[in-house]
Amino acid sequence: MQELKQKPGIYGEGLGGQYIPETLMSELEKVSAAFEKAKTDPEFQAELHDLLVNYANRPSLLYFAENMTKDLGGAKIYLKREDLNHTGAHKINNVIGQALIAKHMGKKRLIAETGAGQHGVATATVAALFGMECEIFMGKEDTDRQKLNVYRMKLLGAKVHAVTTGSMVLKDAVNATLQEWASRSEDTFYVLGSAVGPHPFPAMVKYFQSVISKESKQQLNAVEGCLPDAVVACVGGGSNAIGSFADYIDDPSVKLIGVEAAGKGVDTDQTAATVERGSVGIFHGMKSLFLQNNDGQIDKVYSISAGLDYPGVGPEHAALAAANRAGYVGITDDESVDAFEYIAKTEGIIAAIESCHALAYVKKLAPTMSKDQIIVCTVSGRGDKDVASIAKYRGVDVDE
Amino acid sequence: MSNLADQFKNRKAFIPFVVADDPDFDTTVANIVALANGGADIVELGIPFSDPVADGPVIQKADLRAFDAGVTTEKVFEIVAAARKLTSVPIVFLTYLNIPFKYGYERFLNRCVELNISGLVIPDLPFESKDEIDRYAKPLGIDIISLITPTSKDRVEMIAKEASGFIYVVSSEGITGERDEFYNDLKALIARIRAVTDVPLAIGFGVHTPEQAKSMADIADGVIIGSAIVEVVGQNGKDAPKAVEQFVREIRQGVDAEVSKAI
Repeated sequence: MQELKQKPGIYGEGLGGQYIPETLMSELEKVSAAFEKAKTDPEFQAELHDLLVNYANRPSLLYFAENMTKDLGGAKIYLKREDLNHTGAHKINNVIGQALIAKHMGKKRLIAETGAGQHGVATATVAALFGMECEIFMGKEDTDRQKLNVYRMKLLGAKVHAVTTGSMVLKDAVNATLQEWASRSEDTFYVLGSAVGPHPFPAMVKYFQSVISKESKQQLNAVEGCLPDAVVACVGGGSNAIGSFADYIDDPSVKLIGVEAAGKGVDTDQTAATVERGSVGIFHGMKSLFLQNNDGQIDKVYSISAGLDYPGVGPEHAALAAANRAGYVGITDDESVDAFEYIAKTEGIIAAIESCHALAYVKKLAPTMSKDQIIVCTVSGRGDKDVASIAKYRGVDVDE
Repeated sequence: MSNLADQFKNRKAFIPFVVADDPDFDTTVANIVALANGGADIVELGIPFSDPVADGPVIQKADLRAFDAGVTTEKVFEIVAAARKLTSVPIVFLTYLNIPFKYGYERFLNRCVELNISGLVIPDLPFESKDEIDRYAKPLGIDIISLITPTSKDRVEMIAKEASGFIYVVSSEGITGERDEFYNDLKALIARIRAVTDVPLAIGFGVHTPEQAKSMADIADGVIIGSAIVEVVGQNGKDAPKAVEQFVREIRQGVDAEVSKAI
């Protein structure tokens, strides 16, 4: 396997890579070259910094959740407030970066997949800002459960396609966006929202999301003068998690914990717990862990959260799991809904149902740790989009 | 190297495609025989995949019909085993890489040898990752078919030099009015490939009619027809073999007409 490791975008033992139709390879090479150039281009970096600060509202707060800390009676809990970013989630960090690359490549049109709609909204937002055309692909099931975000994208001038193939969720939206890119790449850039896909996408998403951990490290050091003991983030494809982990990967004292959507339970077939239940496979351009059957057919997955409803995980997460550098745990629908209500009542924060998976795990973890230990948990997005469906989950009829 | 290149020696090769287990086991076996009888030089048999990213709606629907019939990788091999009792036509699989990966590359390829499968067309395996399976396929004499597309640009020579069996040249469907330009671009692409390799070239993607097959065969060594035949299978269900054979015969005549004209 030595020669495989020398190729770009390989994580751990041959994970990652590029497994994508030839139609897209030339374009991927161009994106790779533009990304490499951007990393050292002072003009690009200045533009990126300006947009993150003056448009996206960075740095995001590192907020000490005092009530939650007291209530749980264990480790001190800090929340990295990506929900306070413009557009209400961490997704904007990556979209600004990739859209800037697209602009530097001379592209006029952005396309993107979206699950919960946060990435679609972020892409539509930046497309509006840059004066670019924008088309978003979203599974039909997700357009039904995230109607508000669909309208938001349209309001921002994007065209939203409801994808009716397959199980009509996030993976099918990725399929549709890849097909669209394969048929039209000349003027079009695929803004991939998660840390998945063929190289350079996982590397690019990590690069732009790393701002989360770079900030949290400095912010925590300023108030506590130390590193956290644990960093917790939810994982679907794994974009906010890889960004939350990135700057701590080389700090072995910091435990990294990714929280997956267990749906109705890790041991049921209604789950999206890829790292716990999946096996190595090749799909969506990468070799990584996937929920699939013995024949390699990709499973239908389930979670209450449209953003975590994905049958795979980014290749770097698969490699971190294989190397035992990061741990991955499952949180069920019930536990995440409980956390949704808990964080609202305890801290006055309505957090995205995706983020509530991470918060639900913090509720379990904090009491097992001592009071001088510290947890940093990323609140990846705000939960306004989820209010109606949580009400429904609780049997309350609200007028949307 | 397999027997694939030989199929292009005496006439323009015609390579039709059907999806395995669409709509069921027996019909697929009969379809393979019908394709051979109708004049196929090589039969391309698709292994259904849950997420066929490189395929259009017609083949996606065929994959769904196959899943309804309970297709598994093992069942696909059994279909070929049954067909092998009736025909010796060269067969290549079209499969997404995850299928042989999960089956185990060596185990998968050994089954291919047993069933006299000549090659694999893997749409999600680009040149950069080809060695992953080719290192096992090559010693067994199974060709991993290289694909070249109008967007391959400066990758054309690199891919062509390493190709074996035949090269799958991906056209895109010509839009009315743009057809001539598209055709000229394709001719230029073929010329670039020919400059670096003697491996036969088959054009596929979006070829629907005997006339199109004719013009493709004119500029290449062979023509691949997929969706149009899968559509015939979809419309005729269990009665497909007869309709498939007739459709394929018409294409064959189209392809051969071009050869005689060229001479």
